[in-house]
Amino acid sequence: MKFGVVRFPGSNCDFDTVHALRDVLKRETVLLWHKDHDLQGVDCVVLPGGFSYGDYLRSGAIARFSPLMQEVQAFAERGGRVLGICNGFQILLELGLLPGAMLRNKGLKFLCQHVHVRVENARTDFTRALRKGQVLRIPIAHFDGNYYAPPRVLRELERSGQVVFRYCEADGRATEAANVNGSMANIAGIRNAAGNVVGLMPHPERASERILGSVDGRAIFESLILSLERRGPARRPAARTKARHDR
Amino acid sequence: MRVRILVSFKDSVLDPQGQTVKNALHTMGYEAVKDVRQGKVFEIDLAGATKKEAERLVPEIARRVLANPIIEKFEWAFLKGE
Repeated sequence: MKFGVVRFPGSNCDFDTVHALRDVLKRETVLLWHKDHDLQGVDCVVLPGGFSYGDYLRSGAIARFSPLMQEVQAFAERGGRVLGICNGFQILLELGLLPGAMLRNKGLKFLCQHVHVRVENARTDFTRALRKGQVLRIPIAHFDGNYYAPPRVLRELERSGQVVFRYCEADGRATEAANVNGSMANIAGIRNAAGNVVGLMPHPERASERILGSVDGRAIFESLILSLERRGPARRPAARTKARHDR
Repeated sequence: MRVRILVSFKDSVLDPQGQTVKNALHTMGYEAVKDVRQGKVFEIDLAGATKKEAERLVPEIARRVLANPIIEKFEWAFLKGE
């Protein structure tokens, strides 16, 4: 299978992500330039971390209008797998491919540290190599990771198993103290209703090799490889509702 | 023709930056301050647009780009003397 990592001006985890996919997981990986219209036939699009467009206006708010993102949106609507990491998650929220929005961290500080997250749903194409309740130790590095969704949206996320990762203690308890950025319901990662788009704030590419102190993030990429190489073509998701921005 | 657009958090959304400013003002002795909400101001030059076109374009631009309708609201006005 073939991964594509999108590069925006200000992306800074693009090479780390390519390294994890190409050199660690040994899969063909190409960099995709944000001004292009060509997804180069990739099977999975990864939006890496960083500060696209300097985080001007709001994190991810400008990147969502990039020419390539219009292709990514169409790819996702056809059932293509899209993974957004950190700034990539913020872009997916701004694009409306995932519900909710990011607020500044509750302590108003940029947080750069290892956190623990609990796998809430292991029945996704992004988590099938994990098990429900498993605790992963993965680093975060963000200013705007305080997940917010209106109460009605939050209820729907919980009801339909769209919460994929939650901040927790090392023993798996989702406490207030473990919720370092103040996210609603300790949410660290979610999927869309169809299940082909996932966004998370922690950086799995920074926890993919022993030398980095943790290999817990690798299972997310391995899950995608399992899903895309061992299973049939992507199931067609239900028609996506229009993004709120575009009404 | 120039317009000014004010984007701020919805009342239902916590504004930690506004809260921090409020706490600082209290520390400085400004007891009268009951609340602070922080926002962003945009001034847009709509050269070439009529007033009627501006009234259509500005809310559209604010909704699509300047504000995230999930967490933010906006208000706008024509700048005086234009």
